[in-house]
Amino acid sequence: MQQANRLRPFFENITFDRVDNEMILNFGPQHPSSHGQLRLMLHMQQEQITKAHPDIGYLHRGMEKMAENMIYNEFMPTTDRMDYIASSSNNYGFALAVEKLIGLEVPRRAKVIRMLLLEVNRLMSHLFWLATTALDIGAMTVFLYAFREREYLMDLVEDYCGARLTHAAIRIGGVPLDLPDNFMTDLRKFLDKLPENIKDYEDLLDKNRVWLMRMENVGVISKEMALSWGCSGVMLRASGVEWDIRKEEPYELYDEVEFNVPDSDKGDNYARYKLYMAEMRESAKILYQVADMYEGTSPELMAHAPQYISAPKLEIMTQNYALMQHFVLVTQGMRPPVGEVYIPTESPKGELGFYINSQGGPYPYRLKLRAPSFWHTGILTDLLPGHYIPDVVSIIGTTNIVFGEVDR
Amino acid sequence: MRAYTPKDNVQKKSYYTDRFWVAPQVAKFDVSQDTVFTADLDAIKAKFDVLDAYIQVDQMVVVINANDNYAVLELLKNECEYTQLSEMSAIDWLATEGKFEIFYQMLSMAKRKRLRIKCKIDEKEAIQSVEKLFRCADWSEREMYDMFGVVVNNHPCMKRILMPEDWEGFPLRKTYPLQGDEFAAWYEVDKIFGKEAREIIGPENRDPARIDRYDTKRFSRLGHEVPFGTDISQGEPDTPLVYQEQEGVFMVDKFDAQKSVVISDRHR
Repeated sequence: MQQANRLRPFFENITFDRVDNEMILNFGPQHPSSHGQLRLMLHMQQEQITKAHPDIGYLHRGMEKMAENMIYNEFMPTTDRMDYIASSSNNYGFALAVEKLIGLEVPRRAKVIRMLLLEVNRLMSHLFWLATTALDIGAMTVFLYAFREREYLMDLVEDYCGARLTHAAIRIGGVPLDLPDNFMTDLRKFLDKLPENIKDYEDLLDKNRVWLMRMENVGVISKEMALSWGCSGVMLRASGVEWDIRKEEPYELYDEVEFNVPDSDKGDNYARYKLYMAEMRESAKILYQVADMYEGTSPELMAHAPQYISAPKLEIMTQNYALMQHFVLVTQGMRPPVGEVYIPTESPKGELGFYINSQGGPYPYRLKLRAPSFWHTGILTDLLPGHYIPDVVSIIGTTNIVFGEVDR
Repeated sequence: MRAYTPKDNVQKKSYYTDRFWVAPQVAKFDVSQDTVFTADLDAIKAKFDVLDAYIQVDQMVVVINANDNYAVLELLKNECEYTQLSEMSAIDWLATEGKFEIFYQMLSMAKRKRLRIKCKIDEKEAIQSVEKLFRCADWSEREMYDMFGVVVNNHPCMKRILMPEDWEGFPLRKTYPLQGDEFAAWYEVDKIFGKEAREIIGPENRDPARIDRYDTKRFSRLGHEVPFGTDISQGEPDTPLVYQEQEGVFMVDKFDAQKSVVISDRHR
C-alpha cells in the first residue's frame, strides 16, 4: 500500500529489456535541457543511441487554425508566441507576407525601425542561445554574462514598445511608434561595448577543454543531410551552404547595408557555435549602419493605403472619412486581394516563412507557418543515432530550437 | 427564423459584406516573362501534364496532376537544381470542390528562385510520399495527415505528430470548429476517468485545471495538510506552518528601507 509522505524510487522513465540489452530512455518532455517541451524516445545500447524518436506537440496551440478565425491585424500578437525569444522577427515575417499580398510599400523610417528591431531581436536570440547552451554544457558564468547583455537589449525594446518578450512591435504597413529619444544613444552605448562582451564569452569558451570535447566533431550534419531536412539559418551555413535570405533575397534595407555571411563546412556543434558568435558581430555592424540611416528620414511610419491601413491618429481624430475607414478596418478587418503568397525571412533561427492563401475575405483562408525549428527538431531522428547521452544535450543546444515555433 | 449556418465550413465569416464588393486579385503573370522559370516549366512540360502555370508575387506556381507529384519533384530536384523543399501542406477545399489542394514550396539556391507545385486530390484519395527525395517531408506529411487526414502512401511512419495519437478528427479541416468538437471537450475526462464519468463530472466541471478542495488524494492546501485519503468534507484540522528560520530569514533581517538607494539609470 502506498504510504503518505514516503518517497519511493519510481522507474517510470526507464524500461529494461533483458533479451537484447536495449534500453529505452525517455528524455523529456520536462527536461531542463530539452529547451521546451521536447520528448525524445531514445533506444540505447549502453550509453550509445541506436534510434531516436523526437515527439512533439506538447505546446500545440493551433495557431494556423486560430489564424483562419482572426482578422489579419488580430493575428499579429499571436505570432509573438511562436519564437518567443525573438518575437519581432515573427511579427515582421507576418507583416511582410501580408504587405506583399496587398502590394504595399512601407515608408523608409518604418523600414529603418524594423531593421533595428530585427537585428536587436537577432542579438537577443543569439545571446539567449549562447546562455542556455553554455548552461546546459555546464558553463554557468557565460549564462550570467550573456543574460546581462540580453537584459540590456530587452530594456531597449521595452523603451520602444513597452513589452520585453512578446513585442507585437510591428504592424502591417509599418510600425506603430517612432523611436524614443534615448533609443539611439542607448543602442550605440550597447554596441560599443558588445565586442568586448563577445570577446569575454569567447575567452571563456573557445579553448575551454570541456567545451571543445562537448562541441568538436559532435553532431556533424553533412551538406546533403542539411538540404534534405530543410535546414536553414545557422544549421545550414555551418554545413557548408552559403545561404542567407537577407543576402540572397534581400528584403527591407538589407541590400543597402554591408555585412558578411559567415559560414563553415565542418557541420559540427563547434562550427555552429562559431557562426552564432560571428553573426552577433555582423548584427552589430548592421545596427551601426542602420542607426545612421535613421537621421534624415521623413516621419511617416505607416503606409498610405486607406483601403487596408488605418490613417494616422491625427487624421482619425480630425477627419470624418478617416474615422469611418478606421472603424471599418477595426471591426471588419482589411480584405486583401484573392491570391496566395509565400514569403520567407531570415529569422534568428532560420527561414521563417508565411504562406497565406486569401480568398478576398477578412480572414485568411489558409495560413501556413513555416517555422525553421520544426525541421531542426526533425533532423534529430537522423542526427542522434551513434551519439552518446551527453551529446544529446549539446546537439539540442546547438540546433537552437524553440518549442513555441515547433508546435505552433 | 434561425439564420442558416453552413455545416461544411464552420470557420468565422465576415458579418457584413457590401453587395457590390468585388474582391481584387493578386496579379498573375505569364511564365514567359522570366527566362529561368520558362526553362523549368519546359522541363516539366516535356514529361508531365501541366494544368496551369503562372507567376504570382515573384514565384512560379505550377499545377500538376496529383499522381505525378513524386516524379515532378524528382525532376526538379535532380535536373532543375531545386534542392530544398521549404514547406508543404494542404488546403481544405472540401466545402466548394470536395478536394484537398496540396502544395510543395521548392527552393533553388543556385538560381535563387522559389516555385510552388500544386495538385488536387479527392477527400478519400491518398498521395504519394516524397520522403525519399526530401527527408523533411517525413514530418511535413505527418503534420498534413494529422491536421487534414490526408493519407500519404509509402510513408515510413504515418502517425499523428502534433495531436495525441488517439485523437479523433482533423483540426485544420473547415468542418472542425475552432473551439473543438465534442470529443475534444471530453478528451481528458474520457481518458482519465472513462466515458461513464461524463455524466458524473458534468460539462461545468470538465475543466482539467479545476481543483477540488475536498480531494485529499491529489491536492492539499498549505497549512492544512492531512494524511492521505482523509475525509475532510467536515473541515480539516490546522497544521501550523513552521519555518526553519525561527528568527526570520537572516539575509533580509538587516534590510532598512530608509537606507536603500533608488538607481536612476536602470541600465547600469
